[in-house]
Amino acid sequence: MPGMEATSNPDLVRVSGLVKQFGRFAALRGVTAEFDGGRFHVILGDNGAGKTTLLRALAGLAQPTRGAVSILGKTPQAACRNIGYMAHPSLLYDEMSGMENLRYFARLYDIAGDERCAQVIRAVGLEPELSRPVGKYSQGMRQRMSLARAILQDPKILLLDEPFSNVDVHSARAMVGLLAGMRDAGKTIFVVTHQAALLEGVADEFVWMQAGQIVDRTRSLAEKPAEPA
Amino acid sequence: MKKAFPILAVLTALFLAYAFYQAMFVAPTDALQGDVYRIIYYHVPSAWTAFLLFFLNFMASVQYLASPKPSTARAVKWTVIAVGVIGAIVPFVPQVQQWLLTIGMYPSSAATTALMFPACYFLVGKLFRGPSVDVLAVTTAEVGVVFCTIVLITGPIWARPVWGIWWAPGDIRLTSTLVLWLIYVSYLVLRRFSDSAQTQKLAAVLAVFGALDVPLVYFSIWFFRTQHPQPVIGGGGSMDPRMLHVLLINWMAFLCFAFLVCWSRFQLEKMRREVEEAEAMESLMEPGGSSAQISKAKVPLGRGSQ
Amino acid sequence: MKSFWSITMATLAKDIRLEWRSKDALNAMLFFSLLVVVIFVFSFDPLAEESRHIVGGLVWVAFLFAAVVALNQTWARELRNQVLDAYRVSPAPATALFVAKVLGNFIFVSLLEALMTPLFVIFYNLRVLGPAWQLLPVALLGTWALVVNGTFFAAMSLRTRSRELMLPLLLFPISIPAVLGMVAATTSILTGDNPAHFYIVLLLTYDVVFTTACVGLFDTVLQAE
Repeated sequence: MPGMEATSNPDLVRVSGLVKQFGRFAALRGVTAEFDGGRFHVILGDNGAGKTTLLRALAGLAQPTRGAVSILGKTPQAACRNIGYMAHPSLLYDEMSGMENLRYFARLYDIAGDERCAQVIRAVGLEPELSRPVGKYSQGMRQRMSLARAILQDPKILLLDEPFSNVDVHSARAMVGLLAGMRDAGKTIFVVTHQAALLEGVADEFVWMQAGQIVDRTRSLAEKPAEPA
Repeated sequence: MKKAFPILAVLTALFLAYAFYQAMFVAPTDALQGDVYRIIYYHVPSAWTAFLLFFLNFMASVQYLASPKPSTARAVKWTVIAVGVIGAIVPFVPQVQQWLLTIGMYPSSAATTALMFPACYFLVGKLFRGPSVDVLAVTTAEVGVVFCTIVLITGPIWARPVWGIWWAPGDIRLTSTLVLWLIYVSYLVLRRFSDSAQTQKLAAVLAVFGALDVPLVYFSIWFFRTQHPQPVIGGGGSMDPRMLHVLLINWMAFLCFAFLVCWSRFQLEKMRREVEEAEAMESLMEPGGSSAQISKAKVPLGRGSQ
Repeated sequence: MKSFWSITMATLAKDIRLEWRSKDALNAMLFFSLLVVVIFVFSFDPLAEESRHIVGGLVWVAFLFAAVVALNQTWARELRNQVLDAYRVSPAPATALFVAKVLGNFIFVSLLEALMTPLFVIFYNLRVLGPAWQLLPVALLGTWALVVNGTFFAAMSLRTRSRELMLPLLLFPISIPAVLGMVAATTSILTGDNPAHFYIVLLLTYDVVFTTACVGLFDTVLQAE
């Protein structure tokens, strides 16, 4: 819908009645929500709450059993140029250096030349000239390179699944700073994490999930919803 | 189903008994092969039944793949109609007729086969809407494999006493049947071993590949045979009309039997899927599956609540 | 269109670079191919006259074994870090990935065949009695037939249990007419007894039909969860 982004604070991401079943197990049991653009949303919950499934549905990697996902007014597949996705596996080739990896992914997005790749590698605090293969990186470096891959095409929406897991404090803080800067520049960011403390004061809202549904949305971690009886 | 099935089962059993009597006692003894040839009344009807079932599986698989996308569905519809129309007319063109006879096919059978495409496609589409078309695919594949196995067992049993060999690789029909059997066994293995949510789609894709393969198999063996003459196990040429009559009776009986088996397998699969759906519904409404809290009456057992 | 080929070539170049860097795996494959030939030599005694009639079959069965081992590795690197997710999320068309993988496998399997063929010629004292140049289209078309379906079924097997078993299980039945064509054509050319034209046409038809089917249906397979 062309006129949509002209309105102030459009609903950039919308899910309605989202159900995702894997055989007998229902990972998402009817999620309906609207997420404002240009905001930093943190998705929290216990294991099995459906956080990763929700993120994958937003990315277009998990087909909903029922319901719909709308990103910038389109399906995730149609909006794929504006989606950056990052998960716990690095989504990179272990045998190539960071620059070589990004050069390849840049071709998938029709991005010519090395400047953009070098730019994003520097933005995450790594060296473009580093010729060590990604498989030999520390976890922190690998996650940062994976983030670089996710922001390569300058997407409006970032979907990050557990970006800080097993990452050293220094790298994690650097990533949080980078993400905050991107949010300030107008990007919409979704982070699934167990380490929400890192994002207190940075994130705009905390989305609490339980058993495949969103149970609450708060402005700070202190307002955590009560445990079920 | 509860009322009709036992009645039909009894009728089919009687029909099969009658067909057996015809095959063993009424049909005349073959001049060359003696009484051994009577196995043809099991070999050939099984083959025709298996081919029909696999053809239905192919149509069901194409329906399953095409129906979600309207543009594809339309394209497939017109292709199928074109195949039927062209295939009904072309075999009677003189040059084509000649060529068909050299590869051992009568123009009328080629035309009938071509007309089967649109006929079965639209019939399947009408009778089996939505997900039940995939249930049809599974059913016809399984029952088809059973009948195909019968063909492959009766073939060598027949060949040994008559020609002294168990198997001739150049026998087009038997070898094509073997390849078809292999393709559909691999289809069933894929269904069983696949962990994907899209197993049904992948299996349908495999069925399409198999269907594309069959004419290539037929031609490759046919040409191989022209260069390396080999015995034909199925027996070629014309048949005594009395034998043909008995053959058709047996085929009808087999078809009735196949229909009954398919029907019960179809119902079984449908029920299994409904139970799965109900359990999935349950886990949707109550996390962790404390089913005591949901009365069974509330759980919908059919399609259609959302 | 231009970006399709640019993505295909970039993927192919990346795969070749990665294959070259892990030279261990490459060398192990080459050695494996040699072993296969030697096993055949010990199983089928190479007396000159008889061998010419069965060598067509031996050669292609040996190629088939080597090809299956190579094909099972097609998606190994993509699986390791779920790189396929990155590909699915990008705007790149699935068919570009498929064509690149098929071309990569084609080059690799051809390399193995190029190694194994002289060994067969040596061990079996082969002389070609028919038109030798026809062996080239037979080899190219036959290899393509195995590789295009093999890459496709390797992708199908990604979501199954016993992945390495599923690939040959799905590939062999479908490949039977192609194998018959390859073997019969090769035997015809080696013995000079019969013309191989029909088989070459058969292989060409097979390749066209299945390349179209694979390219058309690959997206469905890639998107399977």
